[in-house]
Amino acid sequence: MCLGIPMRVLESRDGAGEGELAGVRRPVRLDLVPAARPGDWVLVHAGYALQVLDPAAAEETLAALREVGEIGREEPR
Amino acid sequence: MRFPSPDPSLPFRAPEAVRGLAAELARLDPGRPVRVMHVCGTHEHAIGAAGLRDLLPPWLRVTAGPGCPVCVCPAAEIDCAARLAADRGVVVAAFGDVLRVPSRLSLEEARARGGDCRVVGGIEEAAALAAAEPGRPFAFHAVGFETTACTTAAAVRRGLPANLSILSSHRLVPPALEALLAPGGPAPDGLVLPGHVLAVTGLGEYEALHRRRPVPMAAAGFEPAEILLALAWILRRLRGEPSRERVGNAYRRVVRRRGNPEARRALAEVFEPVDADWRGLGRIPLSGLALRGRFAALEARTRHGIAEDPAVGDLVPGCRCGEVLLGAAEPEECALFGAACTPESPRGACMVAFEGTCHARFRTGAAR
Repeated sequence: MCLGIPMRVLESRDGAGEGELAGVRRPVRLDLVPAARPGDWVLVHAGYALQVLDPAAAEETLAALREVGEIGREEPR
Repeated sequence: MRFPSPDPSLPFRAPEAVRGLAAELARLDPGRPVRVMHVCGTHEHAIGAAGLRDLLPPWLRVTAGPGCPVCVCPAAEIDCAARLAADRGVVVAAFGDVLRVPSRLSLEEARARGGDCRVVGGIEEAAALAAAEPGRPFAFHAVGFETTACTTAAAVRRGLPANLSILSSHRLVPPALEALLAPGGPAPDGLVLPGHVLAVTGLGEYEALHRRRPVPMAAAGFEPAEILLALAWILRRLRGEPSRERVGNAYRRVVRRRGNPEARRALAEVFEPVDADWRGLGRIPLSGLALRGRFAALEARTRHGIAEDPAVGDLVPGCRCGEVLLGAAEPEECALFGAACTPESPRGACMVAFEGTCHARFRTGAAR
Protein backbone atom coordinates (compact mmCIF):
# COMPACT_ATOMS: atom_id res chain seq x y z
CA MET A 1 0.00 0.00 0.00
CA CYS A 2 2.85 2.35 0.78
CA LEU A 3 4.55 1.23 -2.38
CA GLY A 4 6.25 4.26 -3.88
CA ILE A 5 8.06 4.44 -7.17
CA PRO A 6 10.49 7.09 -8.34
CA MET A 7 9.43 8.90 -11.51
CA ARG A 8 10.97 11.76 -13.43
CA VAL A 9 8.69 14.78 -13.83
CA LEU A 10 8.14 15.53 -17.51
CA GLU A 11 5.70 18.36 -17.15
CA SER A 12 3.81 20.26 -14.46
CA ARG A 13 0.75 22.49 -14.72
CA ASP A 14 -1.36 23.70 -11.77
CA GLY A 15 -0.59 20.64 -9.65
CA ALA A 16 -1.17 18.20 -12.50
CA GLY A 17 1.88 16.63 -14.06
CA GLU A 18 3.21 13.72 -16.01
CA GLY A 19 5.89 11.36 -14.73
CA GLU A 20 8.07 8.82 -16.49
CA LEU A 21 9.99 5.73 -15.41
CA ALA A 22 11.74 3.42 -17.85
CA GLY A 23 9.71 4.75 -20.77
CA VAL A 24 6.33 4.39 -19.02
CA ARG A 25 4.41 7.65 -18.63
CA ARG A 26 1.73 8.28 -16.02
CA PRO A 27 -0.26 11.28 -14.84
CA VAL A 28 1.04 12.41 -11.43
CA ARG A 29 -0.52 14.91 -9.03
CA LEU A 30 2.06 17.38 -7.80
CA ASP A 31 -0.13 19.23 -5.23
CA LEU A 32 1.99 17.98 -2.32
CA VAL A 33 5.37 18.86 -3.85
CA PRO A 34 5.01 22.49 -4.96
CA ALA A 35 8.77 22.80 -5.47
CA ALA A 36 8.97 19.97 -8.04
CA ARG A 37 10.10 21.02 -11.51
CA PRO A 38 10.38 19.13 -14.80
CA GLY A 39 13.52 16.99 -14.65
CA ASP A 40 13.20 16.32 -10.89
CA TRP A 41 12.78 12.78 -9.62
CA VAL A 42 9.77 12.40 -7.33
CA LEU A 43 8.48 9.54 -5.21
CA VAL A 44 5.00 8.61 -6.46
CA HIS A 45 2.36 6.80 -4.42
CA ALA A 46 -1.32 6.30 -5.31
CA GLY A 47 -1.09 8.86 -8.10
CA TYR A 48 0.53 11.60 -5.99
CA ALA A 49 4.14 12.70 -5.73
CA LEU A 50 5.01 12.64 -2.02
CA GLN A 51 8.57 13.89 -2.05
CA VAL A 52 11.27 15.21 -4.34
CA LEU A 53 14.29 12.91 -4.30
CA ASP A 54 17.45 14.59 -3.10
CA PRO A 55 20.43 13.64 -5.31
CA ALA A 56 23.00 15.11 -2.88
CA ALA A 57 21.64 13.03 0.01
CA ALA A 58 21.57 9.95 -2.23
CA GLU A 59 25.20 10.55 -3.17
CA GLU A 60 26.20 10.78 0.52
CA THR A 61 24.61 7.41 1.21
CA LEU A 62 26.18 5.92 -1.91
CA ALA A 63 29.61 7.16 -0.87
CA ALA A 64 29.16 5.42 2.49
CA LEU A 65 28.02 2.28 0.67
CA ARG A 66 31.02 2.30 -1.65
CA GLU A 67 33.26 2.46 1.38
CA VAL A 68 31.54 -0.52 3.00
CA GLY A 69 31.60 -2.31 -0.35
CA GLU A 70 35.37 -1.89 -0.53
CA ILE A 71 35.81 -3.11 3.03
CA GLY A 72 33.47 -6.03 2.47
CA ARG A 73 35.15 -7.24 -0.72
CA GLU A 74 37.47 -10.11 0.04
CA GLU A 75 40.56 -9.74 -2.06
CA PRO A 76 43.30 -12.35 -1.86
CA ARG A 77 46.68 -10.83 -1.07
CA MET B 1 23.87 17.10 -9.09
CA ARG B 2 21.76 14.73 -11.20
CA PHE B 3 20.52 11.19 -10.70
CA PRO B 4 21.71 8.58 -13.14
CA SER B 5 18.90 7.56 -15.47
CA PRO B 6 17.02 5.30 -15.96
CA ASP B 7 16.33 4.59 -12.26
CA PRO B 8 17.85 6.39 -9.26
CA SER B 9 17.32 3.31 -7.06
CA LEU B 10 19.67 1.05 -9.03
CA PRO B 11 22.90 1.84 -7.11
CA PHE B 12 21.20 0.79 -3.86
CA ARG B 13 20.86 -2.73 -5.27
CA ALA B 14 24.56 -3.10 -6.08
CA PRO B 15 25.70 -6.62 -5.05
CA GLU B 16 29.07 -5.43 -3.71
CA ALA B 17 27.39 -2.90 -1.40
CA VAL B 18 24.95 -5.55 -0.16
CA ARG B 19 27.79 -8.05 0.42
CA GLY B 20 29.84 -5.41 2.22
CA LEU B 21 26.93 -4.48 4.48
CA ALA B 22 26.18 -8.14 5.25
CA ALA B 23 29.82 -8.56 6.38
CA GLU B 24 29.49 -5.38 8.42
CA LEU B 25 26.35 -6.70 10.16
CA ALA B 26 28.17 -9.92 11.12
CA ARG B 27 30.85 -7.81 12.82
CA LEU B 28 28.23 -5.96 14.89
CA ASP B 29 27.42 -9.01 17.04
CA PRO B 30 26.09 -7.71 20.39
CA GLY B 31 26.65 -11.14 21.95
CA ARG B 32 22.98 -12.05 22.29
CA PRO B 33 20.06 -12.89 20.01
CA VAL B 34 18.49 -9.79 18.47
CA ARG B 35 15.01 -9.38 17.00
CA VAL B 36 14.36 -6.35 14.84
CA MET B 37 10.87 -5.65 13.59
CA HIS B 38 9.90 -3.80 10.45
CA VAL B 39 6.39 -2.40 10.17
CA CYS B 40 5.89 -2.17 6.44
CA GLY B 41 4.51 -4.69 4.00
CA THR B 42 6.71 -3.30 1.26
CA HIS B 43 9.74 -4.00 3.44
CA GLU B 44 8.62 -7.63 3.85
CA HIS B 45 8.41 -7.96 0.07
CA ALA B 46 11.76 -6.29 -0.47
CA ILE B 47 13.42 -8.50 2.18
CA GLY B 48 11.88 -11.64 0.71
CA ALA B 49 12.55 -10.77 -2.93
CA ALA B 50 16.23 -9.98 -2.27
CA GLY B 51 16.67 -13.00 0.02
CA LEU B 52 18.07 -10.69 2.69
CA ARG B 53 17.25 -13.07 5.56
CA ASP B 54 19.80 -15.51 4.09
CA LEU B 55 22.47 -12.83 4.43
CA LEU B 56 21.82 -12.09 8.11
CA PRO B 57 24.04 -13.46 10.88
CA PRO B 58 22.41 -16.31 12.85
CA TRP B 59 21.85 -14.18 15.97
CA LEU B 60 19.79 -11.58 14.04
CA ARG B 61 16.13 -12.15 13.24
CA VAL B 62 14.02 -9.69 11.28
CA THR B 63 10.27 -10.06 11.83
CA ALA B 64 7.25 -8.26 10.40
CA GLY B 65 4.88 -6.14 12.48
CA PRO B 66 1.55 -4.44 11.76
CA GLY B 67 2.74 -2.80 8.56
CA CYS B 68 -0.03 -3.68 6.15
CA PRO B 69 -2.89 -1.16 6.25
CA VAL B 70 -5.24 -3.53 4.44
CA CYS B 71 -4.49 -6.27 7.00
CA VAL B 72 -5.04 -4.08 10.04
CA CYS B 73 -8.34 -2.70 8.69
CA PRO B 74 -11.01 -4.27 10.91
CA ALA B 75 -13.48 -6.63 9.27
CA ALA B 76 -16.32 -4.40 10.53
CA GLU B 77 -15.07 -1.51 8.34
CA ILE B 78 -14.76 -3.78 5.29
CA ASP B 79 -18.30 -4.94 6.06
CA CYS B 80 -19.45 -1.29 6.05
CA ALA B 81 -18.02 -0.78 2.58
CA ALA B 82 -19.54 -4.04 1.34
CA ARG B 83 -22.99 -3.14 2.70
CA LEU B 84 -22.81 0.27 1.01
CA ALA B 85 -22.32 -1.58 -2.29
CA ALA B 86 -24.69 -4.51 -1.70
CA ASP B 87 -27.58 -2.81 0.13
CA ARG B 88 -27.37 0.93 -0.56
CA GLY B 89 -26.60 1.05 -4.27
CA VAL B 90 -23.37 2.95 -3.67
CA VAL B 91 -20.51 2.34 -6.09
CA VAL B 92 -17.55 1.50 -3.86
CA ALA B 93 -14.07 2.25 -5.19
CA ALA B 94 -11.21 0.58 -3.31
CA PHE B 95 -7.62 -0.52 -3.68
CA GLY B 96 -7.46 -3.97 -5.31
CA ASP B 97 -6.34 -5.83 -2.19
CA VAL B 98 -9.28 -4.56 -0.17
CA LEU B 99 -11.83 -6.32 -2.38
CA ARG B 100 -10.80 -9.80 -1.26
CA VAL B 101 -10.29 -9.19 2.44
CA PRO B 102 -12.58 -11.59 4.31
CA SER B 103 -15.33 -10.11 6.45
CA ARG B 104 -18.94 -10.95 7.21
CA LEU B 105 -19.44 -9.65 3.69
CA SER B 106 -16.37 -8.94 1.56
CA LEU B 107 -16.45 -6.44 -1.29
CA GLU B 108 -15.99 -9.31 -3.71
CA GLU B 109 -19.05 -11.03 -2.24
CA ALA B 110 -20.97 -7.76 -2.40
CA ARG B 111 -20.09 -7.63 -6.08
CA ALA B 112 -21.36 -11.19 -6.57
CA ARG B 113 -24.65 -10.03 -5.04
CA GLY B 114 -24.94 -7.31 -7.66
CA GLY B 115 -23.08 -4.56 -5.80
CA ASP B 116 -20.84 -2.29 -7.88
CA CYS B 117 -17.27 -2.42 -6.54
CA ARG B 118 -14.42 -0.99 -8.59
CA VAL B 119 -10.66 -1.32 -8.21
CA VAL B 120 -8.76 1.96 -8.23
CA GLY B 121 -5.10 2.86 -7.77
CA GLY B 122 -5.88 5.95 -5.71
CA ILE B 123 -8.42 8.62 -4.95
CA GLU B 124 -7.83 10.44 -8.25
CA GLU B 125 -9.14 7.42 -10.13
CA ALA B 126 -12.15 7.21 -7.80
CA ALA B 127 -12.87 10.90 -8.42
CA ALA B 128 -12.65 10.37 -12.19
CA LEU B 129 -15.11 7.46 -12.01
CA ALA B 130 -17.53 9.51 -9.90
CA ALA B 131 -17.26 12.51 -12.21
CA ALA B 132 -18.10 10.29 -15.21
CA GLU B 133 -21.39 9.15 -13.60
CA PRO B 134 -22.67 12.18 -11.67
CA GLY B 135 -26.11 10.60 -11.16
CA ARG B 136 -24.81 7.72 -8.98
CA PRO B 137 -23.44 7.82 -5.42
CA PHE B 138 -19.78 6.75 -5.11
CA ALA B 139 -17.68 6.05 -2.02
CA PHE B 140 -13.90 5.70 -1.89
CA HIS B 141 -12.77 3.26 0.79
CA ALA B 142 -9.75 5.18 2.05
CA VAL B 143 -7.38 2.58 3.51
CA GLY B 144 -3.75 3.34 4.28
CA PHE B 145 -1.24 4.95 6.60
CA GLU B 146 0.01 8.55 6.45
CA THR B 147 1.49 7.81 3.01
CA THR B 148 -1.95 7.29 1.52
CA ALA B 149 -3.93 9.51 3.89
CA CYS B 150 -2.14 12.62 2.61
CA THR B 151 -3.26 11.80 -0.95
CA THR B 152 -6.87 11.55 0.29
CA ALA B 153 -6.37 14.86 2.11
CA ALA B 154 -4.96 16.56 -1.00
CA ALA B 155 -7.92 15.45 -3.12
CA VAL B 156 -10.48 16.43 -0.45
CA ARG B 157 -8.86 19.82 -0.03
CA ARG B 158 -8.94 20.44 -3.77
CA GLY B 159 -12.61 19.37 -3.96
CA LEU B 160 -14.30 16.07 -4.76
CA PRO B 161 -17.16 15.44 -7.19
CA ALA B 162 -20.40 16.05 -5.26
CA ASN B 163 -21.44 12.38 -5.60
CA LEU B 164 -18.21 11.01 -4.06
CA SER B 165 -17.88 10.35 -0.32
CA ILE B 166 -14.98 8.94 1.72
CA LEU B 167 -15.13 5.89 3.97
CA SER B 168 -12.10 6.68 6.09
CA SER B 169 -10.17 3.69 7.39
CA HIS B 170 -6.89 5.57 7.50
CA ARG B 171 -4.51 4.75 10.34
CA LEU B 172 -1.47 6.39 11.90
CA VAL B 173 1.74 4.43 12.46
CA PRO B 174 3.24 5.99 15.64
CA PRO B 175 0.31 5.14 18.00
CA ALA B 176 0.48 1.49 16.89
CA LEU B 177 4.24 1.40 17.52
CA GLU B 178 3.69 2.94 20.93
CA ALA B 179 1.18 0.17 21.74
CA LEU B 180 3.58 -2.43 20.38
CA LEU B 181 6.44 -1.16 22.52
CA ALA B 182 4.35 -1.00 25.70
CA PRO B 183 6.09 -2.52 28.71
CA GLY B 184 5.28 -6.19 29.10
CA GLY B 185 4.42 -6.63 25.43
CA PRO B 186 6.31 -8.61 22.77
CA ALA B 187 8.66 -5.65 22.23
CA PRO B 188 11.38 -6.11 19.61
CA ASP B 189 14.99 -5.02 20.20
CA GLY B 190 14.82 -2.52 17.35
CA LEU B 191 12.49 -1.07 14.73
CA VAL B 192 13.03 -0.53 11.02
CA LEU B 193 10.73 2.41 10.29
CA PRO B 194 8.64 2.62 7.09
CA GLY B 195 10.43 5.02 4.76
CA HIS B 196 7.44 6.21 2.80
CA VAL B 197 5.42 7.01 5.91
CA LEU B 198 8.37 9.04 7.21
CA ALA B 199 8.75 10.72 3.81
CA VAL B 200 5.46 12.38 4.72
CA THR B 201 5.73 12.80 8.49
CA GLY B 202 9.46 13.29 9.00
CA LEU B 203 11.37 12.09 12.05
CA GLY B 204 9.82 14.26 14.80
CA GLU B 205 7.02 11.96 15.94
CA TYR B 206 9.47 9.07 16.10
CA GLU B 207 11.97 11.06 18.14
CA ALA B 208 9.14 11.77 20.58
CA LEU B 209 8.22 8.08 20.57
CA HIS B 210 11.85 7.15 21.24
CA ARG B 211 11.90 9.41 24.30
CA ARG B 212 8.98 7.44 25.75
CA ARG B 213 10.06 4.01 24.43
CA PRO B 214 13.84 4.02 23.99
CA VAL B 215 14.16 1.21 21.45
CA PRO B 216 16.65 1.85 18.62
CA MET B 217 14.79 2.77 15.43
CA ALA B 218 15.87 3.81 11.95
CA ALA B 219 14.04 4.79 8.76
CA ALA B 220 14.77 2.57 5.79
CA GLY B 221 14.17 2.73 2.06
CA PHE B 222 13.17 -0.31 0.06
CA GLU B 223 16.35 -1.31 -1.74
CA PRO B 224 18.46 -4.09 -0.15
CA ALA B 225 21.35 -1.80 0.82
CA GLU B 226 18.99 0.72 2.43
CA ILE B 227 17.38 -1.95 4.62
CA LEU B 228 20.78 -3.35 5.69
CA LEU B 229 22.05 0.16 6.47
CA ALA B 230 19.13 0.68 8.85
CA LEU B 231 19.83 -2.68 10.52
CA ALA B 232 23.50 -1.72 10.95
CA TRP B 233 22.51 1.59 12.56
CA ILE B 234 20.19 -0.22 15.00
CA LEU B 235 22.87 -2.81 15.88
CA ARG B 236 25.44 -0.10 16.63
CA ARG B 237 23.00 1.44 19.11
CA LEU B 238 22.38 -1.98 20.70
CA ARG B 239 26.17 -2.29 21.14
CA GLY B 240 26.11 1.00 23.00
CA GLU B 241 27.85 3.05 20.30
CA PRO B 242 26.61 6.66 20.54
CA SER B 243 24.93 8.53 17.70
CA ARG B 244 24.16 12.20 17.28
CA GLU B 245 20.81 11.15 15.83
CA ARG B 246 18.03 9.95 18.12
CA VAL B 247 16.32 8.19 15.20
CA GLY B 248 18.45 6.76 12.38
CA ASN B 249 17.81 7.64 8.76
CA ALA B 250 19.03 5.22 6.11
CA TYR B 251 16.74 6.77 3.47
CA ARG B 252 18.07 10.30 3.25
CA ARG B 253 17.32 10.69 -0.44
CA VAL B 254 13.60 10.69 0.49
CA VAL B 255 13.19 11.15 4.26
CA ARG B 256 13.84 14.68 5.51
CA ARG B 257 13.85 15.66 9.14
CA ARG B 258 10.55 17.54 8.83
CA GLY B 259 9.03 15.24 6.23
CA ASN B 260 6.86 16.88 3.59
CA PRO B 261 5.41 20.05 5.18
CA GLU B 262 2.78 20.47 2.47
CA ALA B 263 1.54 16.89 2.95
CA ARG B 264 1.50 17.34 6.73
CA ARG B 265 -0.48 20.56 6.31
CA ALA B 266 -3.03 18.77 4.09
CA LEU B 267 -3.38 15.98 6.67
CA ALA B 268 -3.90 18.44 9.53
CA GLU B 269 -6.44 20.51 7.58
CA VAL B 270 -8.60 17.59 6.47
CA PHE B 271 -8.32 14.98 9.22
CA GLU B 272 -8.29 14.74 12.99
CA PRO B 273 -6.95 11.80 15.00
CA VAL B 274 -9.59 9.56 16.61
CA ASP B 275 -9.48 6.31 18.57
CA ALA B 276 -9.59 3.39 16.15
CA ASP B 277 -9.64 -0.40 16.04
CA TRP B 278 -6.87 -2.42 14.44
CA ARG B 279 -7.34 -6.00 13.35
CA GLY B 280 -5.25 -8.07 15.74
CA LEU B 281 -4.29 -5.17 18.00
CA GLY B 282 -7.63 -3.93 19.26
CA ARG B 283 -8.49 -0.30 19.95
CA ILE B 284 -5.58 2.15 19.95
CA PRO B 285 -6.08 5.74 21.17
CA LEU B 286 -5.84 8.47 18.50
CA SER B 287 -4.61 6.01 15.86
CA GLY B 288 -7.27 6.64 13.19
CA LEU B 289 -8.15 9.62 11.03
CA ALA B 290 -11.63 11.13 10.74
CA LEU B 291 -12.63 13.92 8.36
CA ARG B 292 -12.77 17.11 10.40
CA GLY B 293 -14.86 20.31 10.47
CA ARG B 294 -16.28 21.35 7.12
CA PHE B 295 -15.06 18.08 5.57
CA ALA B 296 -16.89 15.82 8.07
CA ALA B 297 -20.02 15.70 5.88
CA LEU B 298 -17.97 13.92 3.18
CA GLU B 299 -17.74 10.81 5.37
CA ALA B 300 -19.63 7.96 3.70
CA ARG B 301 -20.86 6.62 7.05
CA THR B 302 -22.55 9.98 7.70
CA ARG B 303 -23.86 10.55 4.19
CA HIS B 304 -25.36 7.07 3.87
CA GLY B 305 -26.28 6.48 7.52
CA ILE B 306 -24.20 3.37 8.12
CA ALA B 307 -21.98 2.29 11.00
CA GLU B 308 -19.71 -0.59 11.96
CA ASP B 309 -21.51 -3.59 13.41
CA PRO B 310 -19.58 -4.69 16.50
CA ALA B 311 -20.83 -8.25 15.93
CA VAL B 312 -18.51 -8.62 12.91
CA GLY B 313 -15.46 -10.57 14.08
CA ASP B 314 -11.96 -10.18 12.68
CA LEU B 315 -10.64 -13.71 12.50
CA VAL B 316 -11.87 -17.07 11.20
CA PRO B 317 -11.23 -20.04 13.52
CA GLY B 318 -7.60 -21.17 13.40
CA CYS B 319 -6.35 -17.95 11.77
CA ARG B 320 -3.35 -16.43 13.60
CA CYS B 321 -3.30 -13.11 11.72
CA GLY B 322 -3.56 -11.27 15.04
CA GLU B 323 -0.29 -12.78 16.31
CA VAL B 324 1.38 -12.45 12.91
CA LEU B 325 0.50 -8.74 12.86
CA LEU B 326 2.19 -8.33 16.25
CA GLY B 327 5.27 -10.26 15.17
CA ALA B 328 4.39 -12.76 17.93
CA ALA B 329 4.02 -15.62 15.46
CA GLU B 330 5.61 -16.38 12.10
CA PRO B 331 3.19 -17.26 9.27
CA GLU B 332 4.70 -20.77 9.13
CA GLU B 333 3.52 -21.37 12.70
CA CYS B 334 -0.12 -21.09 11.62
CA ALA B 335 -1.71 -24.45 10.72
CA LEU B 336 -3.70 -22.78 7.93
CA PHE B 337 -0.63 -21.21 6.24
CA GLY B 338 0.03 -22.61 2.78
CA ALA B 339 -2.59 -25.35 3.24
CA ALA B 340 -6.10 -24.06 3.92
CA CYS B 341 -4.92 -20.47 3.41
CA THR B 342 -3.13 -19.41 0.23
CA PRO B 343 -3.13 -16.21 -1.87
CA GLU B 344 -5.58 -17.89 -4.28
CA SER B 345 -7.88 -18.95 -1.44
CA PRO B 346 -7.12 -16.72 1.56
CA ARG B 347 -8.68 -17.18 4.98
CA GLY B 348 -6.99 -14.31 6.77
CA ALA B 349 -6.29 -10.70 5.83
CA CYS B 350 -2.52 -11.23 6.04
CA MET B 351 -2.73 -13.70 3.15
CA VAL B 352 -4.98 -11.52 0.98
CA ALA B 353 -3.11 -8.28 0.79
CA PHE B 354 -0.01 -7.95 -1.38
CA GLU B 355 1.64 -6.39 1.65
CA GLY B 356 0.41 -8.99 4.12
CA THR B 357 3.15 -10.89 5.91
CA CYS B 358 1.62 -14.28 5.06
CA HIS B 359 1.19 -13.32 1.40
CA ALA B 360 4.76 -12.06 1.12
CA ARG B 361 6.14 -15.12 2.91
CA PHE B 362 4.14 -17.48 0.69
CA ARG B 363 5.34 -15.72 -2.47
CA THR B 364 8.98 -15.29 -1.57
CA GLY B 365 9.66 -18.48 0.39
CA ALA B 366 10.74 -19.41 3.85
CA ALA B 367 11.84 -17.18 6.68
CA ARG B 368 14.75 -18.24 8.75
